[in-house]
Amino acid sequence: MSDRKVIQIGPFHPLLEEPVGFSLTVEGERVVAIEARMDYIHKGLERLAQERTYDMVPILLERICGICSVTHSVCFCNAVEDLLGVEIPPRAAYIRTILGELERLHSHLLWVGLAGHFIGYNTVFMWAWKYREPVCDAFEMLTGHRQNSALPMVGGVRRDLPEEYFPAVRRMLDELEGQTARLTAAVLDDPVLAARLKGVGVLSPAAALDFGVVGPTARASGLATDVRRDEPYAAYAELDWRVILRPEGDVFAKAVVRLLEIPESIGILRQCLDRMPAGPLNLGTLHVPRGEGIGRYEAPRGEDVHYVRSNGTNMPERLKVRAPSFVNIPSFKASCLGAPMADVMITLAACDPCYSCTERAMTLVDGRGAPIAAAPGLLAASRQRTFALARAFGRAPDLDLALD
Amino acid sequence: MPATSLFDRALRKSPWVFHVGTSGCNNCDIEIADCLTPRFDVERFGVRLVGSPRHADILLVSGPVSRACRAPLQEAWLEMPRPRAALLVGVCACSMGAYRDAYGVAGPADRVIREVDPEAKLVYVPGCPPKPETIIAGLVKLLGEL
Repeated sequence: MSDRKVIQIGPFHPLLEEPVGFSLTVEGERVVAIEARMDYIHKGLERLAQERTYDMVPILLERICGICSVTHSVCFCNAVEDLLGVEIPPRAAYIRTILGELERLHSHLLWVGLAGHFIGYNTVFMWAWKYREPVCDAFEMLTGHRQNSALPMVGGVRRDLPEEYFPAVRRMLDELEGQTARLTAAVLDDPVLAARLKGVGVLSPAAALDFGVVGPTARASGLATDVRRDEPYAAYAELDWRVILRPEGDVFAKAVVRLLEIPESIGILRQCLDRMPAGPLNLGTLHVPRGEGIGRYEAPRGEDVHYVRSNGTNMPERLKVRAPSFVNIPSFKASCLGAPMADVMITLAACDPCYSCTERAMTLVDGRGAPIAAAPGLLAASRQRTFALARAFGRAPDLDLALD
Repeated sequence: MPATSLFDRALRKSPWVFHVGTSGCNNCDIEIADCLTPRFDVERFGVRLVGSPRHADILLVSGPVSRACRAPLQEAWLEMPRPRAALLVGVCACSMGAYRDAYGVAGPADRVIREVDPEAKLVYVPGCPPKPETIIAGLVKLLGEL
């Protein structure tokens, strides 16, 4: 007797902060098919960026994702600086590194907390988020805002970090090191957590390569990819740190990678605060000539790629954002099938999916570089793009969606 | 009527909240979750996040409303029992903020909710994102209005 049932999750679900729809087909307890609908968050930000000047775009891109606000703005700057072929001043490079690592700290702690929440370990949730608060405070001390710093600009950074707060940030790091060490030990030594998470949602190294996953998701499957090491930007070439690797590919390994990356980030931050060079903050106003550039950046979730094409005006002609979750999310296809229902949520959460990063559109451009799809057509194109992603999950596209 | 005042008191002492993230950048959602964690801990005021709009007194909306999210948000609002109110967290929910000119958004959350309920009681919490303290201040203001 076939006992197939379809279970709908979302779009508004108490466990998911963002609207996303999943439908799981289950046979008894086992998941046999998983389909996702992910067009709820599509707003058209890339198009918006093409109507903003190079000075305004990084501030807009901070609003792609609340957690990766430094990621996207710095990644865009990397792309434009690649186009220009300029090196940013060393002090700006160090400031960008500090911002990026503070962001990685609070993002990893946030994930550890949410992962604990998903499996019913609310103590871990409360702990991790309590330890995350001082990181946000440090961000606020240094930039004036808990997440959106508005610091990165093309050719450097907009403002300086106030050095009088460096001792307070160092104290925060010292405390955080002890706290996360305790948290890590508690998580790693807990037999229940080990039994719950080991061997769950395994993404084999071969599957990880096939799906092209990045960041901690890849590093937990034994793939040593890290843009900070492979193609150093900002100040990473001068700093000393390790790439954390685990071969297992299960949820536990992903948690371990993130937990062990926290002390590495703390180490990077200490080195930056100690060695902070003096000098100018930015290269002043730059004219962006015709051309194209690629920016890479190791976000907390993996490699972020921005593509920028300029036509010589003060606004980018085209901006394409490929966020890390865009390649990490389809790996559910490999890690969730055959799993019991109860493991799906934590497996989905394990790659730290960020839907607001992922849901980008594409502009169709012909060989001469003229866009052949204007704004109304773009919406259709963006829907088609989402449909294509939906098809990859084996879902029939929602053709009844009004294309108004 | 005494029964009503008891009901009102219970409502004010323990408002249940359903959170709808409508296509925002996630930042407000994180600050909302932050309100639940040890430093801010809104549960000491009886505030609880619940799993269904049918159990909720307050709808927490964050983010601009994308075209795809418009109908689900209106549906969530109509499912809520009365008296009901919405707390619009973040500048996007209030007035769309940075996404004002984007083609994929249907409007700020207040307009989308008022399309189905012109009398809806709304409290605006601006900020990008508002700090947890601001969200709590907005919530307290809303409780006074209920």
